[in-house]
Amino acid sequence: MARDASLPITVRQVAKRYGAVRALDDVDLDIRSGEFLTLLGPSGSGKTTLLMVLAGFTRPDQGSLKFGETEVIRLAPHKRGIGMVFQNYALFPHMSVGANIAFPLRLRRVAKADIARRVDEALALVQLAGYASRRVDELSGGQRQRVALARAIVFEPRILLMDEPLSALDKQLREHMQIELRRLHEQLGMTTVYVTHDQREALTMSDRVAVIHHGRIMQLDAPRRLYERPANRFIAQFIGESTFLPVELADGIVRYAGEAVRVTQTGLPAGRQLLMLRPERLRMLQGAAIGDGAARDNLLRGSVQRTVYQGDSYLIEVRLADGTVVSMRGVSTERALAAIPQPGEPVALAFAPEDAVLMGEDAG
Amino acid sequence: MRSDAALNAAGLRRDARAERIALFGLGLPALALVTVTMVIPVAWLFWLSFLGDDGALSLEHYRRLIEQASYARIFRATFEISAIVTAICILLGYPLAYVLSQLPRRIANLCMIGVLMPFWTSILVRTYAWLVLLQRQGLINSLGIRLGLWDEPLALVHNLTGTLIGMVHIMLPFLVLPLYGSMRAIDRDYLKAAANLGAGPTRAFWLVFFPLSLPGLSAGALIVFILCLGFYVTPALLGGGTVIMVANRIASDIEIFFNWGAASALGVVLLVLAAAILLAAARLIRLDRLFGGHAP
Repeated sequence: MARDASLPITVRQVAKRYGAVRALDDVDLDIRSGEFLTLLGPSGSGKTTLLMVLAGFTRPDQGSLKFGETEVIRLAPHKRGIGMVFQNYALFPHMSVGANIAFPLRLRRVAKADIARRVDEALALVQLAGYASRRVDELSGGQRQRVALARAIVFEPRILLMDEPLSALDKQLREHMQIELRRLHEQLGMTTVYVTHDQREALTMSDRVAVIHHGRIMQLDAPRRLYERPANRFIAQFIGESTFLPVELADGIVRYAGEAVRVTQTGLPAGRQLLMLRPERLRMLQGAAIGDGAARDNLLRGSVQRTVYQGDSYLIEVRLADGTVVSMRGVSTERALAAIPQPGEPVALAFAPEDAVLMGEDAG
Repeated sequence: MRSDAALNAAGLRRDARAERIALFGLGLPALALVTVTMVIPVAWLFWLSFLGDDGALSLEHYRRLIEQASYARIFRATFEISAIVTAICILLGYPLAYVLSQLPRRIANLCMIGVLMPFWTSILVRTYAWLVLLQRQGLINSLGIRLGLWDEPLALVHNLTGTLIGMVHIMLPFLVLPLYGSMRAIDRDYLKAAANLGAGPTRAFWLVFFPLSLPGLSAGALIVFILCLGFYVTPALLGGGTVIMVANRIASDIEIFFNWGAASALGVVLLVLAAAILLAAARLIRLDRLFGGHAP
């Protein structure tokens, strides 16, 4: 392509209030050129408001927004030249599939022959070749999704916004489309901002994820870093499953209920902290194996409260001496399932020092 | 087990039938009313129109409709007036419905009461009110002369102008109601999508909003046009004898000439024409829908 396929986005101190509610609270965000960035948050967190500010449909109270070097915060939506896939697709019902995709090209006064060619190319790209003359209401949800995508990219925008585009699809199709969208992004290379409340989707698709809560970006990191080192309790709970144990940090030693816990994390302030454990990072030990495990790993002793079979995995809830319930998850193998203990049986949960994550108590 | 299942099948069928009968029962009073007040009189009208002056079966009334040029003139005038009223209603009603559809729902509902207010008064009263406003010494003329907008009293009533003003006033809500409904149903994301794809407000309106509002517009225009065809009171009072629509001619045929046959023939022709227009329009609208031209 002659020109750059993508543009960086710079967000500075963007604020938007609705009455007393701060939908966006002085948001700063740098989106790299060509990256796939996801805005992840619960409903009402401000993620959609931020996307609407990028698209130009919501006018913020203050702030700066740059696409590349150009300030666009006061630019009308139709002059921003960015593609967008809407949550409900917003395909024009009075136009055929082809006319929908040709719409942005017609507005840009592209020659008729070129329009036809580019519509066909866009349809081929989303694997709907030959669908140009179909009516929108003849399409399935997944097909509409693809047409909306084709319409958003046919005019080669350098920025693409997506507002929960997969939320209306069933699970299987959604997972298929996640991979598809990722493939298209790699092929086209445009800067992509994706909004979702589905943490798994965010982890699967993104180069980086910005977790938004109460109108603020709480953490901006690559998926793995976000999952392994969440900045606070809210993020740890929002992304994946987690259990928290209150611990004391004094003289460089972490203690839970009086017993030392080995950790690899350093540089934390002394005092009360939270120890975060992921269920799949725990191993369950029974009987004589408990003594062997203590050599390398930390151990939490307790008794089985409940076991849940979930198909590909199983979950065991263990009640510790102080009443805290810790969950562990294991992969369902015939041997593991046969070894699942009865409720009430004494067991120990083992975890490696590097899988223990400490975080401040108050944040969230 | 098997016999139990068979037993239930019969019972379930009975339940389904009982439900259908109950539903039909709910519709029965209305059906009876329509039969007594609509079907029987129209059938009687039909019968009368085919009876000659001597009481024998004859087509003489229909022959007269074709032979006398004055009838053709009246039909043409009726259709012309109805078309003009419909056009003015569209020009006035479309922007009004658009503004209402863009207002917050609560405020729009309040404004809607204003639109519907005229329905609370009879057509006769409203028509007389226009007479008071529009006549030579009426409110509008005296105000206009006092403000120096015009010198001589304008001929606002007892002519086509007065008839059109009165009819538009009465018909406007019939256009605005369905149009407003269909505009409300247009998802605002369509307009956002149009803007995002590069359409300024004007082009977004003409390329997306207007086509999606067409079903409501055509429904409203059709209602207005069909209702206009049968207007009697307004042209009679505000037309000053110069505006004669089919309904006025029917009245004079009966009141002055006591010619029930001729009046019936006029009524039948008007009914058939109105039905034909409705059918044609319904087919057009359905075709339109076939091509995807409907709001969701």
